[in-house]
Amino acid sequence: MRVVADAGLCQGHQLCQGEAPDVFGFDADADVVVVLDPHPAEERRTDVATAVKYCPAFALSVEEDR
Amino acid sequence: MTLAAIPEVSTVLDDRDPSVPEIIRGTGHLPEMRVDPIGLFHRVRDECGDIGRFRLADKQVVLVTGAEANEAFFRAPDDVLDQAAAYPFMTPIFGKGVVFDASPEERQQMLKNQALRGDMMRGHAQTIEAEIRRMVADWGDEGEIDLLDFFAELTIYTTSSCLIGKPFRDQLDGSFAEIYHRLEHGTDAIAYVDPYADIESFRIRDQARAELVAKVQAIIDARIARGGVPKDERDLLDVLIAVGMDADHITGIFISMMFAGHHTSSGTASWAMIELLRNPAVMADVVAELDALYADGAEVSFQALRSIPVLESALKETLRLHPPLVILMRVVQEDFELLGRTIPAGTVVAASPRVSNRIEDDFPKADSFDPGRYVDPRQEDLQNRWTWIPFGAGKHRCVGNAFAMMQMKAIFSVILRDFEFEAVQPLDSYRDDFTKMVIQLAQPAKVRYRRRAEETS
Repeated sequence: MRVVADAGLCQGHQLCQGEAPDVFGFDADADVVVVLDPHPAEERRTDVATAVKYCPAFALSVEEDR
Repeated sequence: MTLAAIPEVSTVLDDRDPSVPEIIRGTGHLPEMRVDPIGLFHRVRDECGDIGRFRLADKQVVLVTGAEANEAFFRAPDDVLDQAAAYPFMTPIFGKGVVFDASPEERQQMLKNQALRGDMMRGHAQTIEAEIRRMVADWGDEGEIDLLDFFAELTIYTTSSCLIGKPFRDQLDGSFAEIYHRLEHGTDAIAYVDPYADIESFRIRDQARAELVAKVQAIIDARIARGGVPKDERDLLDVLIAVGMDADHITGIFISMMFAGHHTSSGTASWAMIELLRNPAVMADVVAELDALYADGAEVSFQALRSIPVLESALKETLRLHPPLVILMRVVQEDFELLGRTIPAGTVVAASPRVSNRIEDDFPKADSFDPGRYVDPRQEDLQNRWTWIPFGAGKHRCVGNAFAMMQMKAIFSVILRDFEFEAVQPLDSYRDDFTKMVIQLAQPAKVRYRRRAEETS
């Protein structure tokens, strides 16, 4: 899977870091999410999917590798 | 630079009809928007497609729907599409000098520092649970409530307590909610012609605002008489008094802070209850889910911050069908390209959650209540980020949406565990009152409750 964050939509709630701190970080100067690991291992899927689902800004998504 | 390339919707209510109040005769679609906004907005899409227009007095309103146009609308920066000027009916409610909405940068700053921060949510969840329990404490074993009265009062207490502070909330009673309701009801679309017109609903609005200022003034006077309190007992009111702000300005700030979270949450809670009563199988699933979740004595304030999938799906579907805001508007600041058309500065551009949320291609059987839409892999909210828009979208997406969902989960966790509900009027008689820009449940909207029997194991 490929994790994508849209910095143009992020509002800086930082909830994603609670779900998957190894995948999502935060740029404190720009106040937006940064993807630390765009290709996390398959076993991280549940936490990443939770972060995507509960992002209050709908700024995150997962695209499938092909 | 012309709007001629954008089709205009038909007219079904003659704007010079004798039934139209004199002050808005000849204002195009404004008379219709005052009586049937939903019909008007749907007709724009039906007749004109993704981009169409109607007229409110001297303002042309371009209404867009569909993912592509909505994305362009929601992604446009504030210096291109401005919110504040698009809502003239709000200015007399907030009062002059109180900003309509913060810029995205200010919003982000507020989020970092203030009440909606993620790490504040646990405390808010505890506050909300306590407020609900306080409201149902005198319910007895059975009785009747009006959904609008009940949830409008409850959400006054939760929003004031969480956003302003508990000391302030503790000085409020049911009369504050009643006055606040009259204020919200003063959002007549006649404001598009003159927000200060001498009409009854504006007189009621101004009277209500003056009553709120008097209440806040009394609380301020009492605090000044009492003298200072330790820092950890202060709330936002103490802070604003300390910087020398007067009661009128403070009241305006409180009204604006509570506004976004009040009628929206109150309406959503009411409609969630109505939809659960209309769909008994979903109600049964939700109650079963809550019973299982809390069987081991889990705290509501803990669980409301976590996943409650069946209830969440029912809430999302409620929001899709009954978005609290049916239209979101911006004023074009500089010529704006949209779907190949140029929209000139000064035009109003709008998106409609009510219409977009029911686009059949994105939400099959769009008019039916189907919480299954949100179950993996359908996830029709995430799959349709630009048309599933009960909270809006983009940078201005409702900054309180996580708070709102937590509040809904806490409310239903408490009331559905302790009580069962039934309709006391025909299920299709529950409806919204669309005659004001702030939509509220039409009364009566009564339901019956009965305390659930203690579980015997």
